[in-house]
Amino acid sequence: MFTPNLWRFRRLSETMPEMMNLQREMNRLFSNMGQKSPQEYPAVNIWDKKGSAVITAELPGIDPEKLDISVSGDTVTISGAANQETLAANEIYLRQERGVGSFKRNIQLPFQIDAQAVEARYEKGILAIVLPRVKEDLPKKIKIQ
Amino acid sequence: MLEKDIQKTENVSAAERIRNVKTFVPRVDIYENKDSLFLLADMPGVDEKTVDIELEKNVLTITGRVENGQVKDAAMMYSEYEIGDYERVFTLSDQIDRDKIVATVKNGVLRLELPKAEEVKPKKITIKAA
Repeated sequence: MFTPNLWRFRRLSETMPEMMNLQREMNRLFSNMGQKSPQEYPAVNIWDKKGSAVITAELPGIDPEKLDISVSGDTVTISGAANQETLAANEIYLRQERGVGSFKRNIQLPFQIDAQAVEARYEKGILAIVLPRVKEDLPKKIKIQ
Repeated sequence: MLEKDIQKTENVSAAERIRNVKTFVPRVDIYENKDSLFLLADMPGVDEKTVDIELEKNVLTITGRVENGQVKDAAMMYSEYEIGDYERVFTLSDQIDRDKIVATVKNGVLRLELPKAEEVKPKKITIKAA
């Protein structure tokens, strides 16, 4: 009964992504401990992708033309304004929960950003900015003589 | 902005998904004119293929499925918002002409136009002089 079942072992590979996911969730949970929930809009998630940082933010209903992303040194600034619906004279609001107005947020990264190589995409209301590290700033391998 | 405005509200009462994801309440604006009811819902990560609108009698259900919020080949370093599906249910007081409902999704915002049925549109009744 307690002998390892080979069939079960084969299943292990299938459960790996699930376990990784769980681990990620746990990390996320604890990394937020001790600090308050975000006070600034938009809320961001930051990812590490082969030395570049990827910032994602949920910004539904924004005109990409009016979205402004600027980079200086190690700081990236996202600013813009939500599309405001203008009602006709004979229309009345029954419920208004969606945020209106402009926003601005600075995010400081732990490295210098290569401003020339920054890419931003806005898809389905989600903004994703890829911020590569400056070449000179990348960790260098030092040869021992 | 208040903290509650920044964070998405989890939809605790929503029926559980088969997939292990959280469900959020999309923020909505609803406005009307004498012909139609308009609904705008913030559902970032949702497009026209993954949104589902159902009107049964006078209960309107909007659901949005967010396929994958993960960035490819990347590891999460810091997180302020969570990714999950959307669900919200409304009870409509007006009769809706269900054949003429128009739904569009643009930049993660669902826009619904719900035309009011002919019989419930306010009609002016002229009083004839006796």
